[in-house]
Amino acid sequence: MTFRFTTRCLTLALVAGAAAPLAAQDTLQPPDGVRIGIEYRPGVRPAIVILPGRGLDSARAILTRDLDYSDRFEVIALAPGDSAALAANTGGRTVNYALFRTLGAEYALEVVADGPGATLRLHDIAGGVVRREQRYTFPAPFDVGFRMAVHRAGDEVVRWITGTPGYAASQLLFVADRKLYRVDSDGGGFAQVSAPGEEVLSPAWSPDGRRFAYTRFGAGTGSIVVQTMASGQKAIAPGTSVALNITPAFSPDGRLLAFARSGEDGTDVYVADVAQNCCVQRLTVGRYADNLSPTFAPDGRRIAFVSTRAGTPQIYVMAADGTDQELFAPFDFGATGPSNAPEWSPDGASVVFHRDVSRAPQVFVLDVAARRVRQLTSAGRNEDPTWAPDGRHIAFVSDRSGRRQLWVIDSVTGRIRQLTFLGQARLPAWSRRFTDPG
Amino acid sequence: MSVATFRSSITLLTVLAVAACGGKPAPEEPAPQPAPTQPAPTPAPAPTQPAPTPAPAPTPAEDPAAVAARTTAAVLAEVGAVVHFDFDKWDIRPEDRATLDRKAAILGVNGGLRIRISGHADERGSDEYNLALGNRRAAAVKTYLGNKGIDASRVEVVSYGEERPVSMGHDESSWFENRRAEFEATAGAMNLRLP
Repeated sequence: MTFRFTTRCLTLALVAGAAAPLAAQDTLQPPDGVRIGIEYRPGVRPAIVILPGRGLDSARAILTRDLDYSDRFEVIALAPGDSAALAANTGGRTVNYALFRTLGAEYALEVVADGPGATLRLHDIAGGVVRREQRYTFPAPFDVGFRMAVHRAGDEVVRWITGTPGYAASQLLFVADRKLYRVDSDGGGFAQVSAPGEEVLSPAWSPDGRRFAYTRFGAGTGSIVVQTMASGQKAIAPGTSVALNITPAFSPDGRLLAFARSGEDGTDVYVADVAQNCCVQRLTVGRYADNLSPTFAPDGRRIAFVSTRAGTPQIYVMAADGTDQELFAPFDFGATGPSNAPEWSPDGASVVFHRDVSRAPQVFVLDVAARRVRQLTSAGRNEDPTWAPDGRHIAFVSDRSGRRQLWVIDSVTGRIRQLTFLGQARLPAWSRRFTDPG
Repeated sequence: MSVATFRSSITLLTVLAVAACGGKPAPEEPAPQPAPTQPAPTPAPAPTQPAPTPAPAPTPAEDPAAVAARTTAAVLAEVGAVVHFDFDKWDIRPEDRATLDRKAAILGVNGGLRIRISGHADERGSDEYNLALGNRRAAAVKTYLGNKGIDASRVEVVSYGEERPVSMGHDESSWFENRRAEFEATAGAMNLRLP
């Protein structure tokens, strides 16, 4: 882990250094190689301060929270009347580096109003230089798209420093009171998605974030609907107009939809071509066992799923054509609790799922290469996990506050925060990162 | 009782659905109830007397239609009797066998009657797994009725998972109430006879 992280950062520094002259707006100062090892000290998060300034308070607040929620930094908060704030107000290349050095900051982010948007300038405090500068266009605050535009900029700032982008420009779909809702990764932008009277289960995003699938639950039966987010246009997925069809999951290219169908022979995993609206194929034949909750590996070649073939539901894996089915997450027969709701991580290295421990579900992560599991939660009931686009954070349902709500945990540090504050919430699905407007 | 009310629109939908998904071409049989295709070996212990229990005091001048309606209601009440399941299980519990045997007998003497079995789960366990579990439970009941001679085309299976609890508590007795199969007449629920 440590080794890989360091290697990646070194590689990035080299690539970024080489590419710098090509990027027109890019004012990257090639970092000197000596300091790289210091910046990426394993387990130590660099401290960053967001400089105060005129206007753009809401953008600055969103960026501050995005950097905090990335769990990659110690975000240093400045009180508005702080002398440090005053000292910083000059901005530009006259930032008082010495002062921020005494605060322990390694980076300072300056947000400067710039026409219909802002210029984000990342100062390297130790080096006393501007590391990166980029202009972003933001819609007016309170306009549709403002928050997401700022989140995209925040994700870039994370990338400038760590080499991998943040996950702020993303949304979660979830079910509350039988309706489908969406919420931004920071808890903002909360809105109902489902039509009145529609009962929704098991939402799932398409990889490009433009569509989603869900079970439209009826009188004990359900079709899988594929809906386009922007237009609201809906289509019934092929092969799902009869019986009870549940737990949809898109393939990484967005062309296929895997799902489970419950019928008199039990529940089995199917896959259908939603691009050509055809070609329903059955992948499992359970007979006396149920198979459900498919989830594609990011290379599209394997599908993890839940099966009751050993008695209790456990996590299995198969090739995307249904062959080579085998146990995926090891368990002790007769001792390990039921395991459900797997979701393959965006980087392919892990599968998150929940497993009952003393009859309470807890979030576990399976290391795909080592075939080892690690328990992430222990307080209350914690279930139905879903990966953030960074492959590091995980949203899940927890009753630790007394009611079932969505929470987000950082699988590296274990830091946890509550995402929703509703009557109850369940069955979350986290989108991939929204990289372009819309 | 209200669960088992007859609704013609649902009947039609059900017949269509059964015809659409069932392997065999289900004969559409609305009002004229044909005799069951097989003699339907009625394993019911009930005696074959024409006047069974529910008729209270034999009022000589009672309207035959009223008697028929009362009998039908009594039959539907028996059809609608719920059976329960053990935690994370779908086996028919021994104490529920008599209830199901009685339903099989009723289906045996009322050849036009069709039912829908809905399987339910308690709140424990994964929401999505519980849909599969509810389906298992409903299918297990259907298999039991099938073993008693009831044709598969007359029995529809659906699952509500944990989506429709009848008891809102978070304790053993509530969970027991919620782990259940419900029964609903979907067609041929008029002029029913007792076995």
